[in-house]
Amino acid sequence: MNHNNFSERMYREHILELYRNPSNFGKMKNPTKKHTEHNSFCGDEITFYLKIKDGRIKDASFEGSGCVLSVVSSSMLAEKIRNMNISDVKKFGKKDLIDLLKIKISLARLKCVLLPLNAVVGALEKNA
Amino acid sequence: MNHKKDFPIFKNSKNLIYLDNASTTQKPRQVIKSIVDSYETTNANIHRGIYDLSQKATRKYDDARALIAKFISASHEEIIFTRSTTESLNFLSYVLDSIIPEGKNEILLTEMEHHSNLVPWQQLARRKNMKLKFIKMKSDFTLDLQDAKNKITYKTAIVSITHVSNSLGTINPVKEIFEMAKRKNSMTILDAAQSAGHMKIDVKKIGCDFLAFSGHKVYGPTGIGVLYGKKDVLKIIPPFQFGGDMIKAVTFNGAEWNTIPERFEAGTQNIEGAIALGEAIRYVENIGLKKIEKHERELLAYALEEMKKIEGINVYNPGIKNSSGIISFNIKGVHSHDVISLLDDCEIAARGGHHCTMPLMKILGIPGTARVSFGIYNTKKDVDALVLALKKINGKFNGK
Repeated sequence: MNHNNFSERMYREHILELYRNPSNFGKMKNPTKKHTEHNSFCGDEITFYLKIKDGRIKDASFEGSGCVLSVVSSSMLAEKIRNMNISDVKKFGKKDLIDLLKIKISLARLKCVLLPLNAVVGALEKNA
Repeated sequence: MNHKKDFPIFKNSKNLIYLDNASTTQKPRQVIKSIVDSYETTNANIHRGIYDLSQKATRKYDDARALIAKFISASHEEIIFTRSTTESLNFLSYVLDSIIPEGKNEILLTEMEHHSNLVPWQQLARRKNMKLKFIKMKSDFTLDLQDAKNKITYKTAIVSITHVSNSLGTINPVKEIFEMAKRKNSMTILDAAQSAGHMKIDVKKIGCDFLAFSGHKVYGPTGIGVLYGKKDVLKIIPPFQFGGDMIKAVTFNGAEWNTIPERFEAGTQNIEGAIALGEAIRYVENIGLKKIEKHERELLAYALEEMKKIEGINVYNPGIKNSSGIISFNIKGVHSHDVISLLDDCEIAARGGHHCTMPLMKILGIPGTARVSFGIYNTKKDVDALVLALKKINGKFNGK
């Protein structure tokens, strides 16, 4: 049995630390937009809250239960898009998010990582 | 018992510890060889060729059907080949309404059904304005028989139940429930996807009108499944698909149907798949279902005992007395998909998530579980490797 990859691949300590105490976690009071995205693969759900002013994300937070990858990805994405122009957020793609995490993601787990991005896109597409 | 040598996958992936048998099983050499043999030595369409090659193919196909019939103590005309358990159950959900007696408008399932034995019935209920009811699960992960008794009434048209829960391992008392159903003149359907190949099944003793299982979960190929139907009932249900060998005679204005079971097998069938499934059944029968059941039960008992020693593991299993070789669990504070990814790093293949039983997960109040499930080639050594890996994962997240 080969345990060499065990901690190297995607469960590095800084990732696990962020999973235990995720930043930008929690429900937002009076968000401009919010959206819940489900991962049909595992049943997880992540809700993203956005406060928008003058075409800019003033604040972002998320809520929900998920695996290490979806929680960490959500936390990092909320951090990243804060103070971004909406037009820039819309350009922020899958690859940008994966680059942000700086870890190797297997194909099977890509959905976990991309769940928050879909939640943000879904929120921005909403009218209210 | 050491059957790993019969399965080429373990030669090609030497360190693989395969614990996802409830999802699909590996294939023994005999089954793989059978598929190749079909194409290399007897490939022809069945039932209509006069020539020798076609007759050879037909004989092999019919022999497979007879073998499968014997496997569940049925007769050969009661065995219909389908694609899978899911297709078998969907087929029933489309044809049964035509023989439901007046005044019966309820379908009874359980809270632990796979989506494949839930969603087709939801759709039937919607089409025909019927009502769905569910037998409750008790806190020990077994079914509440009193609740079953209360819910089976003269209004019950169909009782469709899983033999073994794919999420919990629970072996359900289907004989008792079907006896209740028969007293109220209800049709009885058994989802045997998780029990076929793991325990002896006798349709007469169980008392089911229909039974469904998949080839690929009994060491056979994918794309072939079985639907058993009691002769008297099969004779009165209408065909579902039309064309090919299901027809006896056709005029421009109509057609006359073939006899059972061919009436339900429209179009050219998965011939090599059916023959290879027969080979898989032969393989399983040669080892012996009693022996297989005992072996998997020993692994279950050993794994449960070892896993319970790990603080932080929550097991969702009814205990060895009521369980097949399936164990669902969670590690405190760890998502099931993280557990599975980390097990994968140790070359252990297991399954995580809701296992296509989302309503059941809702009752349990969890998004999903990690699940290990045993087959004939698993050993105590596999369990040891699993337990070691689980201890490491638990340590990583919970610092122990």
